[in-house]
Amino acid sequence: MRLRIALLVFAIGLAGLVWLGEARSEYADVVLNRNSEAAGMRPVIFPHWFHRIRFRCKVCHQELGFEMRAGANQVTMGDIYKGKFCGMCHDNKIAWGLENCDLCHSGRPGLPSGIYGGHKTLGPGKW
Amino acid sequence: MTGSGAVIRAALIFGAVLGLSTCGGEPPAKPGSVVNGTSGTPPAEPRTIRSTDGREWRKLGKDGLHDPENELLQYLQQPAEALGALPKGGPDGNQVDWIAALRDGAISPRTNVRPETKIMVLDLDIVFTETAGQPYVVFPHRQHTEWLDCANCHPAIFKAKRGANDFGMLDVLNGEYCGRCHGAVAFPLTECKRCHSRDWQTGG
Repeated sequence: MRLRIALLVFAIGLAGLVWLGEARSEYADVVLNRNSEAAGMRPVIFPHWFHRIRFRCKVCHQELGFEMRAGANQVTMGDIYKGKFCGMCHDNKIAWGLENCDLCHSGRPGLPSGIYGGHKTLGPGKW
Repeated sequence: MTGSGAVIRAALIFGAVLGLSTCGGEPPAKPGSVVNGTSGTPPAEPRTIRSTDGREWRKLGKDGLHDPENELLQYLQQPAEALGALPKGGPDGNQVDWIAALRDGAISPRTNVRPETKIMVLDLDIVFTETAGQPYVVFPHRQHTEWLDCANCHPAIFKAKRGANDFGMLDVLNGEYCGRCHGAVAFPLTECKRCHSRDWQTGG
């Protein structure tokens, strides 16, 4: 009996820890960490919700050429400096410029790249 | 079960109930202690922000994603601040009805950044009838082309020919076809009836 209670308490504690550590991102937040941490920067968090209030999908996914699949875009700072990808707007004219590193490089260390689910869904099945 | 076992179990349940009832609430204030002053431990900072209509969003830095140590975090807009002002959507996703937000002018996102870009909107519904007993799917081009360009879906994801795309719900759940966006960024697949919207028995 004691063992059972101890196990139960342990399980509840463990579930609590898992719950606390779980990412509760906003639906469709994208983490880009292919190069960031290897280059000594925090991972980038791209919030879809913030951008779609201001731009329709087609602006980034058609005019800028972002593939509609997280992980399919080889985004590098070199290209961004040349005005590609994020650099199309993050130029101090449409949006903040590239000197504000930590506004984009704002993720917790160790985050895996990918598209994240919301507070009730865990994101897409495959990907 | 033996008699003594039942007694032990009853005692344990009693103890657990007693423990829960005393641990759940705030400890009684000691005489002379300051409740809202500086001497007590400050209340834990809330992890969410609630809108007036009851929707709740995690604060950045409490979402498991943003680094709370980042000094510039304070300059980023909180989801609740922006999304709380938009029409309420389903309980999943962003909790925002993005179609209504655009239609009713709550948001007016830019259609292009290059002046030469052509903006195309197509008003054409496609009805999918092979739905295995579920209500038919009505796909409205208009709402989709308000947000997207034709080339976002055609021809790579969908052939631009009626009946030429052979796919099922399993593909969609796997992030293909409609699932390329729905379940990832557009309203999630838990909101079945937004797509499966035409009753095949009544045609309604």
